[in-house]
Amino acid sequence: MKQAVVTIRCAAIALLVFLVAGCDRMVVLNPKGPIADAERGLMIDAFVVMMLVVVPVIVMALWFAWRYREGRNARYEPTWAYSAKVDAVVWLVPALIVIAVAVLLWRSTHKLDPYREIASSNPPLDVQVVAQDWKWLFIYPEQGVASVNQLAIPAGRPISLRITSDTVMNSFYVPALAGQIYAMAGMQTRLQLLADQPGKFVGRNTQYSGGGFSDQFFEVVALSRADFDAWVAKAKQAPGKLDPPTYAKLAEKSRLNPVVQYSVVEPKLFDSIIDKYTGGHQAHGQTPTAPARR
Amino acid sequence: MFGRLTVEALPLYSAIAASGAAMVVGGALLVAIVITWLKGWLYLWKEWLTSVDHKRIGAMYIILALIMLLRGFVDAIMMRAQQAMALNSGGYLPPEHFDQIFSSHGTIMIFFMAMPFMTGLLNIAVPLQIGTRDVAFPFLNSLSLWLASSGAALVMVSLVIGKFSTAGWTGYPPYSGIQYNPGVGVDYWIWALLISGVGSTLSGINFVVTIIKRRAPGMTLMRMTPFVWTALCTSVLMTFAFPALTVACGLLALDRLLGMHFFTNELGGNMMNYANLFWIWGHPEVYILILPAFGVFSEVVATFSRKRLFGYESLVYATAAIALLSFTVWLHHFFTMGSSANVNAFFGVTTMVIAVPTGVKVFNWLLTMYRGRITFHPSMLWTVGFIATFVIGGMTGVLLAVPPVDFLMHNTTFLVAHFHNMIIPGVLYGYLAGYMYWFPKAFGFKMNEPWGTAAFWFWLVGFYLAFMPLYVLGLMGMPRRMEQYNDPSWQPWLIAASLGAVLILIGIACLVMQIVVSIRDRKRNLDVTGDPYDGRTLEWATSSPPPVYNFAVLPEVRDREPLLDMKERGVTYQPPSAYHDIEIPKNSPVGVTMGGLSFVFGFAMVWWIWWLAILCGLAMWATMIWRSSDDNTDFILVAEEVERLEKARYRSLEAAKAANP
Repeated sequence: MKQAVVTIRCAAIALLVFLVAGCDRMVVLNPKGPIADAERGLMIDAFVVMMLVVVPVIVMALWFAWRYREGRNARYEPTWAYSAKVDAVVWLVPALIVIAVAVLLWRSTHKLDPYREIASSNPPLDVQVVAQDWKWLFIYPEQGVASVNQLAIPAGRPISLRITSDTVMNSFYVPALAGQIYAMAGMQTRLQLLADQPGKFVGRNTQYSGGGFSDQFFEVVALSRADFDAWVAKAKQAPGKLDPPTYAKLAEKSRLNPVVQYSVVEPKLFDSIIDKYTGGHQAHGQTPTAPARR
Repeated sequence: MFGRLTVEALPLYSAIAASGAAMVVGGALLVAIVITWLKGWLYLWKEWLTSVDHKRIGAMYIILALIMLLRGFVDAIMMRAQQAMALNSGGYLPPEHFDQIFSSHGTIMIFFMAMPFMTGLLNIAVPLQIGTRDVAFPFLNSLSLWLASSGAALVMVSLVIGKFSTAGWTGYPPYSGIQYNPGVGVDYWIWALLISGVGSTLSGINFVVTIIKRRAPGMTLMRMTPFVWTALCTSVLMTFAFPALTVACGLLALDRLLGMHFFTNELGGNMMNYANLFWIWGHPEVYILILPAFGVFSEVVATFSRKRLFGYESLVYATAAIALLSFTVWLHHFFTMGSSANVNAFFGVTTMVIAVPTGVKVFNWLLTMYRGRITFHPSMLWTVGFIATFVIGGMTGVLLAVPPVDFLMHNTTFLVAHFHNMIIPGVLYGYLAGYMYWFPKAFGFKMNEPWGTAAFWFWLVGFYLAFMPLYVLGLMGMPRRMEQYNDPSWQPWLIAASLGAVLILIGIACLVMQIVVSIRDRKRNLDVTGDPYDGRTLEWATSSPPPVYNFAVLPEVRDREPLLDMKERGVTYQPPSAYHDIEIPKNSPVGVTMGGLSFVFGFAMVWWIWWLAILCGLAMWATMIWRSSDDNTDFILVAEEVERLEKARYRSLEAAKAANP
């Protein structure tokens, strides 16, 4: 008997340790930048408000089922089927909660519009992102370098991403830093992110895109200012140059591409990838609508 | 001659695919052998396959749904097993196979499990509850059934000949376009949906007309049962939403077959149009599925709490509000497509607004239980389990309706957990509750309760174990549809989820045992009165199973709960003063023939066997013309025969009363 108690206690402790360790791994609950942090905060706020309904409903369901079960002889009113007061409460309480969450929703959706650049004294670093089968290409137009499957960013500086796809629809997702946005051929979407501290994070495609989908992840490396400059300098020394033939080769289907940097990037490469599908016309569908666009 | 169909289409590329194919073929052969052994072919053809009786059509829909539930669940448990083991390894399924499985799982569960199950319940209960003899268009009803079956058969055949789509159940282009997906898989998906989608549109029209035009005298709209209200709303949604799916799939088929550019990357194609069209159908579809389940819960909770339903009018308005609003929220399926903040916020708010009428319904069910006298028939267990579990899914749904939260959680297993949390408790528990509730009405004997109760508990605990870990994995950033992964912290949760799937497997085994035991013990559990639960609504006023004409004399309705009203006035089971001739639609082989032809047509289109497709198209056209010009589609059941059948019923009622005073 005593042994059983000890076993149960050990199991409970093991479970607790496992759960706590699990929480630590929940990247969405441990954001590393202000955008992901605000999105998480919003989720928790909405969760707390919703608990005002969820908990009473679960309690009532179980309690009523138990209390009014046959054979218990609790109060029985077979014809009680309407009460204006109760009806009003039943409509008003969910409505009030929804109004509260809707206000939160309207404000936050505008504040966290992925097209709205992060307010900061630091000018944002532009990075162009191209989804390919099954890898990610990052082009740094100011620095004139490019990188495959590794997004190096300076910590503390806003990053402004322009995203497209040179294949089927993908979704660009770095859960530690920001929510996702789709990457679509012939179109450009945008996303803002910022890493508070240097660190390494995982980024992925989350939109199923074929056989290599499971391997389509990349590394986000947030570096100190000096380290980032060193990374750029090193990239500038890389042997590969991203000219059209190299790009065409890179765009072919491949899995688990190693991290590669390119020292020279064809200017306007990003635009030409979009134009390839639109025939040089203005990319449709994604014309600017959101504020704070350059 | 055979288009692109060659011997290579056989699934010899993998042992698992080959054994799946062998199971499908073997299962079909086994059923055929059993039917032959029982010399049942003629009976089956005359009484069932050609039947236009709504009760039999309903039963066949549900049989189709249960078979497809098994197939869809096999897909599910295979995925769970793969993900439980695929840490830094390929698991046991190669990506091409895993991708087919997640695509067929979703396609089957939505289109060929939930849709037929729902349509089956509508067929069995709606005409009886509104006190009529059949649906408005009985032949169309049979045609709808066989079109749905033909679509299901196409999906099953893809296991044996060729491959199924790898583009997921939503089939998003450009991935599903010919450039990225040249094989037959997507075509199987398209033609299965096109064919069954026509059937669903026709069903929708049929039930709208039935409910509007065929109600018993005295049954005003506000005296309809809550189930009939949900059936009406669902049918309206089916009528208006399914054409959008048909158009989306049709345009995708044109892209694939004729090289058009509706949804391609280049030459002006835009896949965002597909996403909009698909979800303009897809979101109402969620309510098409869930509203009838809500209707079942409303019936069950009143019957087994032995109390009037609380807030009937509120419930009706809530149902209608949900139906209307369901057309205003589709964009929340792609907040991450880069719409402006105003657009995203608008659709986020409309999505939340739907939570209000849904919340009202939940409170109405709770208040019906309040001060009731509750007995726990399995149907009632499904209902209580639903209420307690569904609110969790509703809560995560509201979280996902906030666009910035959706940016974080979209396409992760959190989303997968959310919609399973709506569809398993919300839809499937509701259908199973309805199936166990109306089974005696359809077949004349009650279902075994202990096995039903066991099934409920395994499904409930299995659900929590299978899907709560997916919420956690979503918070860990795990995308959906991963064939393998390299993060060791995900594996324990995936193993837990696979154990949940095992519990659900036991739950399904209990459902099968319930059928076996119920059929074995049927003589002991006969439903002689036709009213096994001391019911309140008209379906319990006739015998179980009801005669082909349902009601010898159409009932006069004076109350929202007509049977309870009759009981209170003491006028139940009274033979009418006179019997009359009844006009009854004749059975017709046209429905099942059209189903067969549309199946061959779909198959020919998938494999580019043009001559066969043209031949089947012409044959379908000719059959329809022939059927349309056939004026002799009904027969008269003479009054004497009705009287003989009814007298037999009253005699058995007397006998039952004498045995059970």
